[in-house]
Amino acid sequence: MKVKLGLILIMMFISSILAGCEPLLVLNPKGPQAETTANVIWISIFTMAVIVIVVITLLIIMVYKYRASKQSEDYEPPHIEGNPLVETIIVAIPVIIVIFLSIVSVKSTYEVESVPEGYENEDPLVIYASSSNWKWHFSYPEQDIETVNYVIMPTNRPIEFRLYSYGPITSFWIPQLAGQKYAMADMVTKINLVAETPGDYPGRNANFSGEGFAKNSFVATALTPEEFDKWIDEIHSTAEPLTEEEFDQLLEPGHLGQLTFTGTHLEFAPAPEGEHAGHHHGTSEDDNDNENHSNSLIIK
Amino acid sequence: MEFFERFAIPHPSPLIYASMVGIGLTVIAIVIGLTYFKKWGYLWREWLTTVDHKRIGLMYIISAILMLFRGGVDGIMMRLQTAVPDNTFLDAQHYNEVFTTHGIVMIIFMAMAFIIGMMNFVVPLQIGARDVAFPRLNAISFWLYFAGAMLFNISFVIGGSPDAGWTNYFPLAGTDFSQSVGVNYYMWALQISGLGTLMTGINFIVTILKMRAPGMTLMKMPMFTWSALITNVIIVFAFPVLTIALLMGTFDRQFGTHFFASTNGGMDMLWANLFWVWGHPEVYILILPAFGVYSEVIATFSSRNLYGYKSMVGSMVLISFMSFLVWVHHFFTMGHGPLVNGIFSVTTMAIAVPTGIKIFNWLLTMWKGKIRFTVPMLYSIGFIPLFTIGGVTGVMLAIASADYQYHNTMFLVAHFHNVIIPGVVFAMLAGLTYWWPKMFGFMLNERIGKWGFWFLSIGFCLAFFPMYITGLDGQARRMFTYSAETGFGPLNMVSFIGAALMAIAFILIVYNVYYSFRYAPRNVGQDPWDARSLEWATHNPVPEYNFAVTPEVNSSQAFWDSKKNNHQLFKEKRSKIHMPNNSGVPVIMAGFFFVFGFSFVFSIWIGVIIAALGIFACMAYRTFENDHGRYISLKEIEETEKKYGGAK
Repeated sequence: MKVKLGLILIMMFISSILAGCEPLLVLNPKGPQAETTANVIWISIFTMAVIVIVVITLLIIMVYKYRASKQSEDYEPPHIEGNPLVETIIVAIPVIIVIFLSIVSVKSTYEVESVPEGYENEDPLVIYASSSNWKWHFSYPEQDIETVNYVIMPTNRPIEFRLYSYGPITSFWIPQLAGQKYAMADMVTKINLVAETPGDYPGRNANFSGEGFAKNSFVATALTPEEFDKWIDEIHSTAEPLTEEEFDQLLEPGHLGQLTFTGTHLEFAPAPEGEHAGHHHGTSEDDNDNENHSNSLIIK
Repeated sequence: MEFFERFAIPHPSPLIYASMVGIGLTVIAIVIGLTYFKKWGYLWREWLTTVDHKRIGLMYIISAILMLFRGGVDGIMMRLQTAVPDNTFLDAQHYNEVFTTHGIVMIIFMAMAFIIGMMNFVVPLQIGARDVAFPRLNAISFWLYFAGAMLFNISFVIGGSPDAGWTNYFPLAGTDFSQSVGVNYYMWALQISGLGTLMTGINFIVTILKMRAPGMTLMKMPMFTWSALITNVIIVFAFPVLTIALLMGTFDRQFGTHFFASTNGGMDMLWANLFWVWGHPEVYILILPAFGVYSEVIATFSSRNLYGYKSMVGSMVLISFMSFLVWVHHFFTMGHGPLVNGIFSVTTMAIAVPTGIKIFNWLLTMWKGKIRFTVPMLYSIGFIPLFTIGGVTGVMLAIASADYQYHNTMFLVAHFHNVIIPGVVFAMLAGLTYWWPKMFGFMLNERIGKWGFWFLSIGFCLAFFPMYITGLDGQARRMFTYSAETGFGPLNMVSFIGAALMAIAFILIVYNVYYSFRYAPRNVGQDPWDARSLEWATHNPVPEYNFAVTPEVNSSQAFWDSKKNNHQLFKEKRSKIHMPNNSGVPVIMAGFFFVFGFSFVFSIWIGVIIAALGIFACMAYRTFENDHGRYISLKEIEETEKKYGGAK
């Protein structure tokens, strides 16, 4: 028993050292959304640590105090039915903890799903992120450019990622900026985030999507707004336009490096939202759309 | 020639060829061995055709241990592959197949078989019954499970393994992205063994409700029987969902329907929903019997009655109900908004309350007790802190906003292994050691058993705790490799070392069976553990008819009362005992199911039709069969009882 406890303590020690020296990605946020989740994670770790410590302490006391080798031969343990008071306590304490964490959970979930606090009035930059086996395509309708396997965004401006997939379900994840969301073929999901510090952040598809899954990653770069505008201008003066044939080639299964184009694929292959969506998900479009469903998503 | 091409492995490797040779040699060795020792008749009469719940239970447990080996090898291969960055031991496709089969084998063919085997052996004894309510159906359940397991296990040498993960999400699992027959195997292996499980569910509910010994009211049932009852209720509600989901998946793959496609009105997330509507209750199907085992073991080795019997029962009933209300937490990241996620987050956390009650009740069962550190008790004591850690990380995952960061990462992998291994695997090893003398009439060696426990526990901690850290550092699950810059390397190496220690534990546990079989004394008597519940009121090993006289019961620990409080268990006089006859139909029918599944996997319709006719013929045979069972004569009972030295 002691050995095991020692082991657990050692593990906790190791984990705290690791968390201390070289911050783990999820606990090293660079934007308000990831910071909210990191805080929630720390709150839950501390709350849960209390429970683990209480249980382990009780266990050690029981095992140490009531071990057979310590008791006399003729000790006959008593018959004890449940005790209402004790049972009320062991129900009430977990209930209180669960209520506390439920509030934390619901509140923080609303927070990370909406535009971060303080940025509500700003005009968000919309970036479509679509996955195909095993790449990410980023389309900037406003700037009229498209990139593959890297995304650049301005700092301190709300970004709205609109996610969908050409193929299997994928999960869009930039751990230091926000949590994951699925990208699916028949609907568009959204992530709201803000990057507050310029830098390169690893991003990837976190949901298993077949053979090339392990390398289905991208780099998310946050630049200051001035640098971002400069980058956009640069693209427009250097990159080639994206044609439909070229985009179809890009969709072929495989890995590609980082690519840049002017124009977006949304012009000839719209995202599955609004009238192009596979299903209705509470949107207000009228029912005549039904006829379009079957045709809207055929991947050429 | 074209006909045979479809059976080729789409993606062969030396490892697979070696396994083919290995399987071939093993089969030849078994056939030669059986023929040489003239054991075919024995095998057929005593095992293949048996309807005895004890033997069916043993066959389940033996199969489970074989599957533990298979799934364990998969697990070691995964840890070896990821032990160092950019490893090339397995390529992506093989790694994908390995983690898919690891999941299915461990959950469906190892853990499920282990718990159902344990229930089969113990439940009728604990309620003082002669057998389950429908012994023949029980045999069909086992053989369907076995047919499913074998079908699944031949996939990697004939036609290719499934490779879309054990969760098998569409459209990845659809024919667009998974062209080999692997996922067809998945569909049919689970379908066939799932039918067996559903029958088990019905069988045990009836057994427990209708066949308890006189005096055993529901609230006087031993806790393991209670857990079995609740588990089987969950099975009956949950498994039909899997049946239908698998059927829809089969239609999508083989008949071109679009239930789970992302075009033509299909919904890819429908599969995820249906899968987890079954899948989450499935988690509790696994863990509740484990809770039952711990309740028996902790009470016995603390020499105390179980604390808070009523709250134990109440919490299990509550868990069974709530287990159906939480499935969405498996895909909080699907994007259904904060309201839905908030609701399911709260229901998920709420399950921690009844589970917490159970943990405290076990602790209070030890209170004022007299704790003996036997192997089953060590597993139970190890279970409490480890399972608590697994449980609280579950609560952490239940916080929807935080789950956006944990989802699909090694953190999640660490969590569910942290509940399933100390929860289910420890419980099954505890239960196996505890009931071993009941099964075989001798004890397992305590010394080797304790070494096994320590290797398993320490190996477990080393293998899975580092994953919490790599998960928070961004290591997604199911990645076949990673680059050195990510920094995941050292901790993954620790995981591999832990996995190797667990493999040593498995070898020790198997060696213990061999060692104890050879050297353990056979005169263990009726009550080697100073136990409390009714199954210990009969001999070790248990005679065919279980109890010579049906016991009469007045509490949940009737055997203890008979030892300490002068309760008289056996009041009636002995008389002849009515028993069911053996039957070859279940195993033959399961053979047809195997052919049916195999033919369906490869779309060989003539085979499907013939096998289906065979299945119906078996059912028709049963319908018109005139079999009223047989009687064990009083003389035979007297002789058996005398042989056991039974004064009872």
